[in-house]
Amino acid sequence: MGKTFRRPQALAETPTHYCPGCTHGIAHRLVAEVIDELGIRGRTVGIAPVGCAVLCYNYFTFDFIEAAHGRAPAIATGLKRVRPDLVVFTYQGDGDLASIGMSEIVHAANRGEKFVTVFINNAVYGMTGGQMAPTTLPDQRTTTSPFGRKVAQTGMPVKMAELLAALETPGYIVREALIRPKYIQRAKKAIRNAFSYQLENRCFSLVELISTCPTNWGMTPIEALSWAEEKMLPYYPLGVFKSPEGGRPAPGAAERSADAA
Amino acid sequence: MAKVLMKGNEAIAEAAVRAGCRNYFAYPITPQSEVAEYLSRRLPEVGGVFLQGESEVAVSYMIFGAAATGERVFTTSSSPGISLMSEGISYIAAAELPCVFVNIMRGGPGLGGILPSQADYFQAVKGGGHGDYRLLVLAPASVQEAVEMMMEAFPLAEKYRNPVMILGDGLIGQMMEPVEFRDDLNTEPAPADDWATSGMDRRGRDRRNLIRTLYLVPSELNAHNLKLKAKYDRMRREEVRWENYAVDPSIRLLLVSYGTMSRVCRTAIDRLREEGLAVGMVRPKTLFPFPREAVLAAARQGEVRAVLSVEMSMGQLVEDVEWSVRGVRPVFWFGKCGGEVPTPEEVMAEARRILRESE
Ligand SMILES: Cc1ncc(C[n+]2csc(CCOP(=O)(O)OP(=O)(O)O)c2C)c(N)n1
Ligand code: SF4
Ligand SMILES: [Mg+2]
Repeated sequence: MGKTFRRPQALAETPTHYCPGCTHGIAHRLVAEVIDELGIRGRTVGIAPVGCAVLCYNYFTFDFIEAAHGRAPAIATGLKRVRPDLVVFTYQGDGDLASIGMSEIVHAANRGEKFVTVFINNAVYGMTGGQMAPTTLPDQRTTTSPFGRKVAQTGMPVKMAELLAALETPGYIVREALIRPKYIQRAKKAIRNAFSYQLENRCFSLVELISTCPTNWGMTPIEALSWAEEKMLPYYPLGVFKSPEGGRPAPGAAERSADAA
Repeated sequence: MAKVLMKGNEAIAEAAVRAGCRNYFAYPITPQSEVAEYLSRRLPEVGGVFLQGESEVAVSYMIFGAAATGERVFTTSSSPGISLMSEGISYIAAAELPCVFVNIMRGGPGLGGILPSQADYFQAVKGGGHGDYRLLVLAPASVQEAVEMMMEAFPLAEKYRNPVMILGDGLIGQMMEPVEFRDDLNTEPAPADDWATSGMDRRGRDRRNLIRTLYLVPSELNAHNLKLKAKYDRMRREEVRWENYAVDPSIRLLLVSYGTMSRVCRTAIDRLREEGLAVGMVRPKTLFPFPREAVLAAARQGEVRAVLSVEMSMGQLVEDVEWSVRGVRPVFWFGKCGGEVPTPEEVMAEARRILRESE
């Protein structure tokens, strides 16, 4: 009997620098599996963010660019416009995408750029030591909100999937989670859909992935998974918010969110 | 090819197309928006890419992404826009991506004004963005020269894998002059398979390319900076360009001036010579690398009493003139900015005053 579980060719054989229990590694694996399954490794270019995944190109085996903080969608735009035959994706954290890079992602999505964005929402700035992010939950303690996020001063957490789904330009906008096997299966499917839409030259895609940062949340990996499920999922419902087939939100989004929560 | 009458901004746009560039990203800003307007019609004709970005920040990274494929790409902007692009320019220089930035300068600081200026000299020549990087900076003094520099900028950017900047003032962009597009300046992009992120399949080998700017190990970052420095040193050896005007052993005052300002200086020099005052000029065509030895050699001519930097800025070029002259002669500055261009009469009056006082 052959091996049934093996390392995707798109994933490098090397240990990662991520903390134990960090879900960045799961996201990498899902992306690599999809790239293998679609047979597109030789024409894919990934764009790394500034954040904990800044070195993610070390874990993939195809062309990669390291962006400046938040600018990955603009780089992807330049690349994809000039070489529409390439398959392009950005991989970005919530500080990168929802704070400093808000303008770049909104306009890329609104232009309907034909690339995929994998968006890791872990509710903090991981790399710089757990500061508050636009996605930090109300009253969540971080190193720059030591008494908990006060929404009267800093507003409510930004829901990127909903925000981008509100644009009139067609797109595929979905939120899934990397915290339980059942969600991970769905996340993989969403990533696969997103890359398939790109191959069909259909639309921009954003796959937001609810993730954990046990190190900066001050939790064990197991506690972090439970915290994400109990605290993040009610605020960040899972589901398809928009799909190029039309409809906003797409049929089923509400039921799926309910069943996820 | 026959000469055609063209406005500077449109001539720059057409020159890029003639040079084989098919990709342009930009954000509108006076006084160079005609470039984008021209290319929004012209590039589709030749199957090129035209995109108006959401900001100059984004545009600079669209240039990054496009250049990362190994294809030719450029943008044009004016001073406040170049400030926003400076983050991207630093990353592009660090990543060693060939591309061309055109700055049709307007007055600053801040929103400044929309009229011609040379106030971005430091920004172009000394940095602008963070870190130890240099741009190869070309400064045209006529629409024809802007066309030629634009066409030469792409192979230069590829030779060094470094961004090239065309630094023109608003006059270059706005004035109409007869131009000729020289066929011999059409070139093919240099091969980029060794470094471009153009997809492994296209290169037919299973070795991926990586474009990055992060070097966490100090010795690696030092080595990277030494590699960049070696390129900049090579530019200093191989790319210095300038033009001497009326520089002969009789000159008593040496002017240094670039861009359209140098044309005013020419007129002033011609008239001063009619009065019997021997004045000459070194006009840098590259601002980085700066024609340091040429300025020194001219300043050293036996009769030279002083050197005068004439600029549409408040004392920027003069710092490189002083650095070139190395204290051999006294160096003076004369300039105006904000859209006020020194007139030949004003330059002549300043020349006479300096010569009188240095007797
Ligand atoms: C222009 C700029 N500002 C600030 C930083 C510092 N910085 C690096 S990563 C980061 C936050 C990253 O957080 P996030 O995008 O959420 O990624 P995570 O590490 O959580 O995966 C910041 C602020 C930078 N590198 N560049
Ligand atoms: S700091 Fe957080 S996001 Fe970064 S690697 Fe560690 S657990 Fe993951
Ligand atoms: Mg984060």
